[in-house]
Amino acid sequence: MGTTIGTFIAAGLTLCVYSFLYKDNPFYKFAEHLFVGVAAGYTIAIVAWHQTIVRLIWHPIKADGNFTVLIPTAIGLLMFSRFIPRYRWLIRWPLAFTIGVWAGASIPRIMQSFIFEQAEATLQPFTAVGNLQLFTTINSVIIAIGVLCTLIYFFFSVEHRGPIGVTSRIGTFFLMVSFGAAFGYTVMARISLLIGRIYFLLRDWLHIVQ
Amino acid sequence: MNILEKLASIDRRYIFVLIALTVVIPLLFPIGMPITETDEVRAIYDYIEGLPPGSAILVALDYDPAALAELYPMTLAVLHHAYSRKIKVIGMTLWPGGAALGNLAMREAAEGIAQAGEDYVYLGFVTGYSAVIMGMGEDISAVFPTDYSGKPLSEIPVMKGIKNYKDIALVIDLAAGSSPESWVVYAGTKYNQTIAVGCTAVSAVGYYPFLNSGQIIGLIGGMKGAAEYEKLIETRGAATAGMDSQSISHVFIIVLIIVANISYFAMRRREK
Repeated sequence: MGTTIGTFIAAGLTLCVYSFLYKDNPFYKFAEHLFVGVAAGYTIAIVAWHQTIVRLIWHPIKADGNFTVLIPTAIGLLMFSRFIPRYRWLIRWPLAFTIGVWAGASIPRIMQSFIFEQAEATLQPFTAVGNLQLFTTINSVIIAIGVLCTLIYFFFSVEHRGPIGVTSRIGTFFLMVSFGAAFGYTVMARISLLIGRIYFLLRDWLHIVQ
Repeated sequence: MNILEKLASIDRRYIFVLIALTVVIPLLFPIGMPITETDEVRAIYDYIEGLPPGSAILVALDYDPAALAELYPMTLAVLHHAYSRKIKVIGMTLWPGGAALGNLAMREAAEGIAQAGEDYVYLGFVTGYSAVIMGMGEDISAVFPTDYSGKPLSEIPVMKGIKNYKDIALVIDLAAGSSPESWVVYAGTKYNQTIAVGCTAVSAVGYYPFLNSGQIIGLIGGMKGAAEYEKLIETRGAATAGMDSQSISHVFIIVLIIVANISYFAMRRREK
């Protein structure tokens, strides 16, 4: 019974949202506000209350007698000093701590993952050119040219004229191809979401489709 | 007003109706268009297929109901494959909105073929994002002391002998956002963990560089990727059912784009 009521509510809200395609109306507005409110409330209840206050602060104090958790709690609460003009400067402490920890943990690994390994993968095929198949070799050359030309396009310290202008235009071409691919994937994603909703309406709500 | 001008100024609601028809009709009357599997999806399938029974994989269900249509079918397909191969599955999520969804997916895929606690465990959600990923590299039970139902990990048979990434053969991140990047950076780079990614089609473009560099072993992109995985495990699920609609609606959109461009350039030439 509960599942049936839930299905009907979900179907009703789905139709309310899709009614916007005809024109804006109170049913759409209701569904939209309901979604935003429930999503925000759910996240705050789970993340702020259960995960942070109960799990990380209350439980260590109550179960383990660990009062040292109050130190990071106090530092975290200093974030809210932003709203008191006289004590706004105190926010520098939690920000410094957060940014420092994040930078130390992340920057070396992000450089390794996003820059060094990517550059290595771009250049590695050229270390074994003689052993590669024709298609792989051509593919590697095209990728390398594309990476170089696209990077030159984003180098604005030099005017894009002459050879730099030509490579910059080639980089633009590669960018357009990648945007086209991204657009195609985006269209597929949006249609997939529509298919998912209609499949739910036809199968779970109306039982027309098995 | 000639035909081109009429086409350029057509009310968009007619287009919405036609798109809806291209989706609804194939769902009601399936055609059964062929689905060809790609190398990036097959790579994940082959990797799981090659794992000996009793191996453990970690499935990160990093999505919420907004991405259900694309990610839920691939979740069920991957979980079903792992369960049927008698591979231990550890489920968790970095998204608060996906906590209950992950539990639902693991139970639904396990029906009749796997048992909670013995074959799989769902750890639920813990806040911290990258801190969670790094923490699991040292000790999973320190990050998730209990499973989703509150049972201590030490009392769960499937977690015996599993302490951190060293005991996990594969992490597969089924993600609606940018969490695969965090998994690659923190689990892949720091702990040399093998990573596979399933993602929405919108995000898939951004993860091909990781695939080409070998930082991830495979990529399941969107509903199409999910349909490919369903074909590999010889199952017909929601993703496969949606492929006919996907193909026909895409053809229709291509026709619209071509017509719109012809109309645009013809009108521009006339103005000149």
